Amino acid sequence: MRNDMLLSGSDSPTQDQPTPGGGWQTWRPWLLVSLAAMGWWVVYSNLLAVAEWLTFDLLGMAPTSELGMALAFFLYDVPKILLLLTGMIFVVTTIRTFFSAERTRQLLGGKRAGVGNVLAAGLGVVTPFCSCSAVPLFIGFVEAGVPLGVTFSFLIAAPMVNEVALAMLFGMFGWQIALLYMGTGLLIAILAGMVIGRVPRIESGVEDFVWQMSVGNDAASGTRMSWAERFAVARQSTREIVSKVWLYVVAGIAIGAFIHGYVPEDALAGIMGEDAWWSVPAAVAIGVPMYANAAGVIPVVDALIGKGAALGTALAFMMSVVALSLPEMIILRRVLKLRLIIVFVTTVAVGILLTGYLFNFIL
Amino acid sequence: MMEIKVLGTGCANCKKTKAVIADAVKELHLDLNIVEVQDIPSIMAYGVMSTPAIVIDEKVVSSGRVPAKSQVIEMIRKAQTA
Repeated sequence: MRNDMLLSGSDSPTQDQPTPGGGWQTWRPWLLVSLAAMGWWVVYSNLLAVAEWLTFDLLGMAPTSELGMALAFFLYDVPKILLLLTGMIFVVTTIRTFFSAERTRQLLGGKRAGVGNVLAAGLGVVTPFCSCSAVPLFIGFVEAGVPLGVTFSFLIAAPMVNEVALAMLFGMFGWQIALLYMGTGLLIAILAGMVIGRVPRIESGVEDFVWQMSVGNDAASGTRMSWAERFAVARQSTREIVSKVWLYVVAGIAIGAFIHGYVPEDALAGIMGEDAWWSVPAAVAIGVPMYANAAGVIPVVDALIGKGAALGTALAFMMSVVALSLPEMIILRRVLKLRLIIVFVTTVAVGILLTGYLFNFIL
Repeated sequence: MMEIKVLGTGCANCKKTKAVIADAVKELHLDLNIVEVQDIPSIMAYGVMSTPAIVIDEKVVSSGRVPAKSQVIEMIRKAQTA
């Protein structure tokens, strides 16, 4: 893959022995990253020309034919989105090397509701988080005295406002929609956390063993990283994430291209348009149990919008797919009683529902 | 004898981490135990909140990521001299 090569083409700077007294060692990682960024930009800005040359000159397709148009679109869109993803993930994972779950817990410990919820939602975006460690993270937060509502703000924001979703939205709908998604995602996380925190006797919804658990204070104290190390970590994570989602991107764009070409315009306007009030709850109800990453969903969402689905409905569908999923609930069931899981899912789903209506109304 | 523990709830990254450590140990020609710790209370007892984490001789040396082989080798060397 071309975009992956950009970042992995030069050898890891961390494997070199540091030479004493050399300013070179401090500058080298920056030089490599700048070179990669320039290469990225050159490829990115020539994509359209290359895609058209491939389709119309090399393969000899007529620029007016439907198949030719679809192919040129596909050959342009796939590398464009993959490049955006790679760049975005690299930037975000570099920022994440400054954060850790342990440090976030320290920052959130003893914070009041309100301020705590806002901080938790923001930290949810920049703290490295994998849903597979949701359980130890939850226990760690609760034991450190982070209020439950604040903990939920974190747990809602972390999967919903992620770099893959933002890069995809930016690539397909522009920065305004990406920002709108980020803003409302954070708002839902903050408000839903505050609501959950105010539910009476909410603590009893947490499995009893969590309260009795003793948490060690032994965790690795964050040693200061050099920039070379940060970039190396970011490069590794980028490669990992991109290799995990690229197939979904290609499949999603292919499905999107198919819908573009073969489903009649406005076919969905009746069932997913602004006038169909029930389409938003239907989209959320379908999206909540579904588990897919943002990369696979967004091209489909794009195609749906192209065929007359309202933007709010489509975004509500996407948010509910990304933010809530059955596997995550099964993981959380180990520390939360069913009652609290239902409260959690309902609150977030209602938040997404309102967002969907709001978008349909204002856009 | 040195003991290395991998803390994690059995996710893909935890298995990857174990493989990286096994690789590093092989390269150093060391004979030591690599133990997988999967139950939550034991993981929490180390104060770790992001898995996979690595514990060498009861000390947490890494958490929340799959380190490179060279980094694991460095961790082991550090623990040996400590």
